[in-house]
Formats: sequence, C-alpha cells, structure tokens
Amino acid sequence: MSVAHETAETNLLEWPAAGSSRVPYSVFSDPALHALEMDRIFRGPTWNYLCLEAEIPNSGDYKTSWIGEIPVIVTRDEDGEIHAMVNRCAHKGALVCLKERGNAKMLTCVYHAWSFDLKGKLRGIAFRNGINGKGGMPSDFDPTKHRLEPLRVARFCGLVFGTFSEDMPPLETYLGDKMSGFIRRNFDRGLKVLGTHSQIIHNNWKMYAENIRDSYHATLLHTFYTTFKVNRLDMDGGIILSDDKWHHISFAKRATLQETEEYEASSVHSTSYESKLEGGQLMDSWDEYDDGITHSIQSIFPNLCLQFTLNSLAIRHFVPRGVDKTELLWFFLGSEDDSEAQTEMRERQANLTGAGGLVSLEDGCINEFVQRGIAGSETAASFLEMGGRQVESSPDARATETSVRGFWEGYRRIMGVAEEIGQ
Amino acid sequence: MNMAAAKLDVAVDIEPTVRQAVDDLIVDYAHTIDDGLLESWPDFFTADGRYKIISRENFEEGLTLGIVSCEGQGMMRDRIKALRDANIYEPHTYCHLLGRTTLARTGDDFRARTNFTIIRTMQTGREDRFATGKYLDDIVLEEGRPKLRARTVVLESRRIDILLVIPM
Repeated sequence: MSVAHETAETNLLEWPAAGSSRVPYSVFSDPALHALEMDRIFRGPTWNYLCLEAEIPNSGDYKTSWIGEIPVIVTRDEDGEIHAMVNRCAHKGALVCLKERGNAKMLTCVYHAWSFDLKGKLRGIAFRNGINGKGGMPSDFDPTKHRLEPLRVARFCGLVFGTFSEDMPPLETYLGDKMSGFIRRNFDRGLKVLGTHSQIIHNNWKMYAENIRDSYHATLLHTFYTTFKVNRLDMDGGIILSDDKWHHISFAKRATLQETEEYEASSVHSTSYESKLEGGQLMDSWDEYDDGITHSIQSIFPNLCLQFTLNSLAIRHFVPRGVDKTELLWFFLGSEDDSEAQTEMRERQANLTGAGGLVSLEDGCINEFVQRGIAGSETAASFLEMGGRQVESSPDARATETSVRGFWEGYRRIMGVAEEIGQ
Repeated sequence: MNMAAAKLDVAVDIEPTVRQAVDDLIVDYAHTIDDGLLESWPDFFTADGRYKIISRENFEEGLTLGIVSCEGQGMMRDRIKALRDANIYEPHTYCHLLGRTTLARTGDDFRARTNFTIIRTMQTGREDRFATGKYLDDIVLEEGRPKLRARTVVLESRRIDILLVIPM
C-alpha cells in the first residue's frame, strides 16, 4: 500500500464519533482519499452505471463512459451481447476509443495499431513478425495475455452497469427489491434518448451525491414553484432507503389535483389556472402511473441519479473529474411509443431541470459554494441531524437528512471506516 | 426550419435597408442581454416566437430537446421573472462577441446565421469563455421591423460550466 493510501486511511479513522450525522470536510478535498475511493469504491464492490442500451442498439456500436475517473468502453458484439472494458490499450495505455460513440468491427488503438475485438480480446498487432524478418515481438508473445481489462456487465430495464469486482452479487441483489422495483416502474419501457448535455460543477462528486439525497433543501433553495405559486407544495411524500442505506428514493404525490373535475375530463392537466406562469404550458403533463407518485428522485450508490418529475424522465450520471470537479451528464428520455404531444410535454418539462433548469439550476452552484466555504477547514465537520440521527426510511416526511446519512453509512462501510470508531 | 442545416444558402439580392435592420436586431439583442436589460429580451421575438439552446452534437443528430426552450414570449418572461425572483446563483454578466451575419431568403421571410462567443464574468472577477456557437434565426418583418420568429442557439460544446440562467 502506498504512503498516500496510508495517510488517507489515517484521516478516515478520524471520523467524528457521532458517525454518519457528521462528515469531516477533508473527505471533499483530500487527494489521497480521492485516489483511495477509485480503488475501494469504483474498482471495488459496486455496480456502476455505464450507459443505456438504447445508445448502442446495433452490433458494433460502442460508447465510452467512466467508472469513477477510469475511462471505459461499452460495446455490442455481433451476437448482440454487451461488453465493457477499460479504455486503455494493453500496449502502452493510450485511449483505444477516441470517439465517444461509433460503430466498428474492431477497436484499434491509433498509437501502434493494436486491434481488439468487441469483447476486448487482442486480435492483431502491427509488425508482430517485424519487417523483412527483423524486429517484431519475441517468439513467446501470447496475445491472449494482452486483452483490454474486462468488466462484468449487467443490464436492467435498458440500463447497463459494470463492475470490476469478480465476486459481486448480481445487480438486482445490489439494488435490492425496493430500488429495483422502482427502476422497473420508471424505466421498463422502450427508452428513447430525447436530448443530452452536461454540466461542470466545481465540487467533489460526493457533494452531489449528498445533494440529490437532500430533500430538506428542495423548497428552501429551489423557489421556482413557490415564486410562481405552482401547486406543488403540500404534496404527500416520503423517503425510502435501500436495506443497506446507500441508495434511496424520494417521492411526492400531487394528490390534491386528482380530485378536480378538470382531471376527470382530460388526461392532460395544466396548473396554469392557479399559477402565475405566463407560459403555463410548461407544466402540462399526464399521469403515466396510477400510484399517485408524480415526482421522484432515486439515487444508486455511488454516482447515479434517476429522475422522474412529472413526465421528465432523466438519468444524471455524475462523474468525478478530479477531487474538486465533477461532470454531471444529463440524459433526457422518453418512451418509444410516446405520441408527438407526449414528446412535446417531456421536452418542455426538460426546462425544469438540467444546467438551465428553472427548478433546480441552483444545484449547479450550491455545492461549489460548500466547496469554497470549507476551504481551510479540513478538520471541521458538517452537522446532519435533521429528522434525527437514525438512518431509516421516512415514508411520510421529507424534512429529514436520513438519506444523506444513509450515503455516509454506505461510504464509511465500503471505505473501511472502523465501526467501533465511527459509532 | 431544417434543424440539421446550419450553413445558409446566402442571398445576394436582399435590400440593404432590410439587411441593415436585421444586423441591428442581432447586435441590439446581444447588447440588451450584456447590459442586463433582460425584461426587454422577449421583445426581440414575435408573440409566439420560439427560443432554444441546444448542443451541436444533439442538433446535428436531429434531436430537438433543448437545454432551455421557450414557446412564446410568455415562457420567456417566466424565465426572466424566475432569474430575478426565484433562482439563486452567483451574480455574473455576459459580453457577446458576434461574427458577421449571413442572410438567406425563405419566401417573404429571412434566415440568418451569426457566430458568437460569450465571455462570462463573475462577481469575483473570474472571467471565462462561457459559450461559443451560432445563432440560427428565422426572421419575419412585422410592420417593416424584423422580429425573431425562432432563434436556435447551437452551442459548440455539450458542457455548460456551472449553470445557465441568463439567456444567450
């Protein structure tokens, strides 16, 4: 183990005795700890979101992604199987796929033309036998020992996940019944990508992991709904944690609207009759399910967020780009069988979130404000006792930080913070 | 509007007065935003005018979902009211640098393309090149004055630094 890792472990062991209701600020800025996270979390026992099956529909399609900061290629081979491998040539480590998306029979590194098949196996080496009998690889060169580093892959409802861990339980076990059930509710359909963009946020990736689990801040920081008196405030809702605490669902129900005559008369309802929006069509929506849930945010440890607000179905994949920078990748989705009117509603509602989201654009800067606020205070810690100190589901209240504590519960477990010290 | 075509079939026979009026519209639009006169921003559009910000990657793929999109001046005014009264962000300003506009004719109306760069300056003095791209405009004459019936802002990069709150 490197010196850097030992230092990071020492810091981790200094976690405050109050446990997951305290977070030492050093976890957001320590580069040694960041390196240790790549090993213990992203190369460790986690299933990591890679891409959508819909992004690589045909044989030979590939797409690049990342697990933590590690560049990854996802491919679909001749038999329709999906494979994932590190995007690092087995020769000298160059990126093999430069283009973020493409279609190819072989993946060929541009540096010395080593070629790999869609499973990542080495199939060809330029000048392997030298030129005119001179040079070339040694006679004992064994191509089977020089493949692209493979990942295990699992698919679920059109989402592709990968893991470096040989002994990971299946993806659905990792997600648990509650999380996989809710993903099935939202994503088990023919998915179609409607639009994508990304956002650079100047903060450690874990701040965004906290942010999406933090339902306490929603109506305090994000005041679009209140300013425009859009009827969204007295909704019933709650928070569900996975059994191992590190994934969560926050949901809300727009229950009051369901009793209106207008709702009975039409499957599409607009809130413009009582809001101050001039362009009330922004909120036009329709009910896709009959369980009353109209707003949900789901997190899957470590760095995936699934959004379904009104009809705006989106994936947020937040990828670390160094200890104090994160790229937040947005994928706005629809169903293959959406009508034109439904697609229009989803596209309009995309105004609510994303880099320019009327409701949530503050999340682009608020974590940076924390990153700037904690500079020089590495030994201080945050205080997370809203809703108590317990780490349990909160099925009927969202004024709680229970799911944020759940994240840290999982983080401390996977990073090896000793229980007796942490509690 | 053909979403995938950015390059214009440039018209040479447009009256100089119209060309001048369109140039003024496009420059005045940028100066209005740069000077923070955002309540006037919707007035550059027709009442049902459309506005969309989209990445070049999505645009060329034929995807239509915008990072920001408005249908009509009402949605635009909502955007401005939101950034004044609701949204929270670090104060900043834009400075647009515009390229020369090219014009094409579509019946009685016009299409225009103008490349741009936006420099963003934060209250701390931090100054960045925030966006580079092209304005693709669909322009009509209302009582002889040009108005935007549609402006598509095609960004070279898919990445937005921090957030996007002031219209481009």
